[in-house]
Amino acid sequence: MSVENPLYSHFAQGREDSGRPLGRLRPNAVRLKDHPILEFPAGREVEFTFDGKEIKGIEGEPIAAALHAAGVTVLRHSPALGRARGFFCAIGACSSCLMTVDGVPNVRVCTEPLKQGMVVETQKGHGHLPID
Amino acid sequence: MREVDIAVIGAGPAGLAAALACGESGATTLLVDYMDAPGGQLIKQTHKFFGSERQFAGTRGIQIPDIFISRLSKMPNVQLMWGVNASGYYADSGVLTLEDGGKFIKVKAKRVIIATGAAEKALAFENNDLPGVYGAGAVQTLMNVHGVKPGDRVLMVGSGNIGLIVSYQLIQAHVEVIALVEAARCIGGYLVHAAKLRRAGVPILTSHTIVRALGEETVRGAVVAQVDQSWQVKPGSEREMACDVICLAVGLTPLVDMMWQAGCEMRYVPALGGHVPARDENMRASNPAVYVAGDAGGVEEASSAMISGEIAGISAAKSLGFEVQGAEARLGQLKADLAAIRSGPTGEKICAGVKCATVCGGEW
Repeated sequence: MSVENPLYSHFAQGREDSGRPLGRLRPNAVRLKDHPILEFPAGREVEFTFDGKEIKGIEGEPIAAALHAAGVTVLRHSPALGRARGFFCAIGACSSCLMTVDGVPNVRVCTEPLKQGMVVETQKGHGHLPID
Repeated sequence: MREVDIAVIGAGPAGLAAALACGESGATTLLVDYMDAPGGQLIKQTHKFFGSERQFAGTRGIQIPDIFISRLSKMPNVQLMWGVNASGYYADSGVLTLEDGGKFIKVKAKRVIIATGAAEKALAFENNDLPGVYGAGAVQTLMNVHGVKPGDRVLMVGSGNIGLIVSYQLIQAHVEVIALVEAARCIGGYLVHAAKLRRAGVPILTSHTIVRALGEETVRGAVVAQVDQSWQVKPGSEREMACDVICLAVGLTPLVDMMWQAGCEMRYVPALGGHVPARDENMRASNPAVYVAGDAGGVEEASSAMISGEIAGISAAKSLGFEVQGAEARLGQLKADLAAIRSGPTGEKICAGVKCATVCGGEW
C-alpha cells in the first residue's frame, strides 16, 4: 500500500493510534441498540449453561448469537488437530459450529433456537449419540 | 402420503417468486424452508434494491418477504412450511422427504423447484480457521438479524457487492472497518457502494490480500500484503493490522446437493460459483420433474433470483397443464429483465456462465 497516498492517511496511522496493540483487544461483542434502519425489540431473557457456566440469552435467537453476545467465540475444537473453531456461515450451511446441546452432538448452533434451561457444551471429537 | 403438484424448496427470493407463480396458476403448491421464517438471505439485506420496479427497486430487502407472504397466505392452494428441512428428493418416485421437529414426512410432488441458494466460500491463508474469521454474510446475519455486534474492528476481504455492502452495514452498526482488501486491481462491486465506504473513511486497498490471521484461539489481527500482477505477494510489503474479526467476502457457491441426488446433469461453471445443474431457458433441469431457481442455479443476486424463480414457477405450472395467464408474454418480459440486469460489465461473466449451463431448445 502506498502510505503517501492521502486517501490512506487514516489507515497509515493505523494501529499505533488505536491504543490497542495486537493481542490486547477488549471483548466487545455487544447487542446493538441505536441502528439507523433496524429496531431490535427486547426479547424474553432466558438462562442456559455453556460448559456448566450460567449465561443469559434471548429466547429464540440462535445459540451461537447468544454465545457471541456473551463473548464466547470458540464453539468446538477440531477432531484431528484440536484447533479452535467458531461459526463461519451462520446460516446452517457449513457445519463449522457443531456443539453438543442437551446431550445431542453435532447441533448447528448458528441456527438452533435458544430455549430456557438448555445445556450447551463444547463438543469433544466427533460426538456420541445418546442411546436409550 | 401427501401429494402436491409442485414443491418449492427454499423460501428465499427465488423460492418466494416461484411459489407465487405456481400459486397463481392454481397448482397445489408446497413452499418449504428450514429456517423458522421465510425470506432466505433477504432478512438481513437492509439496503434498498436497484433496477426495475418489477423487482422492488427502492425497497429494502428486509421488506420484500412480507410482500410475497401477504399474497401467498391468501391462496388456499398454497401451503407454507417453515422450520422444516427438506432432507432428500427421490427422483425415481418423485418423493420428497422432510424433517419437521424430529418427525419425518414424505410428500409426493409432480414437480420440484429447487431454490436452495448458496453458501459462502472460504479463502486459503494461514490460520483461516480461527474463530473470528467469518463469512461476510454470517456477520451480516449476526448483526442485522440477531442484533449482535460481531466485534470492534473488522478487516473485510473482497470488494464484490457483499464485501462493500456489509462493510457499510458494519459502520451503521457502530463497528469500525479498518480496511477492505481486494486482490484484483479494481473493485468488483458497484461504485455507488464503494463510494459510501470511501466517504466514511474506509481505506479500500486494491492489489492487496490477507496473508495470515493472527491469534491463538481467536482473531487478534491480520497480516496483509500487496500482490503483484501475477497474484504473488510482494516481499517486504506485509504489514500487521489489529482487528478482532476478519470477514471473507470472496464469493459464494451454489447449494446443489439435492440436484446431485436427483441425478440432474451437473456442470462445473466457475463463473456461476461452482457446480450447477444444466438447464433449459425455462430453468428445467435434465430430470424433467426438476426445476432450479436463484443462486442454486448460479450465484447472482436477489433481483435475478426473483426473476428466475418466477420463470421456473410459470414453466413448472405450464408443464402440468395449468393455465398461466399471459404466460408467453410474461416469460418474454422476465427474460428481457434478466438480460437487462446482466447487461453491465459485471454481467459479462454471468452471461458467459449461463451460456455454459444452458441447453438450448430442450436438446438433452
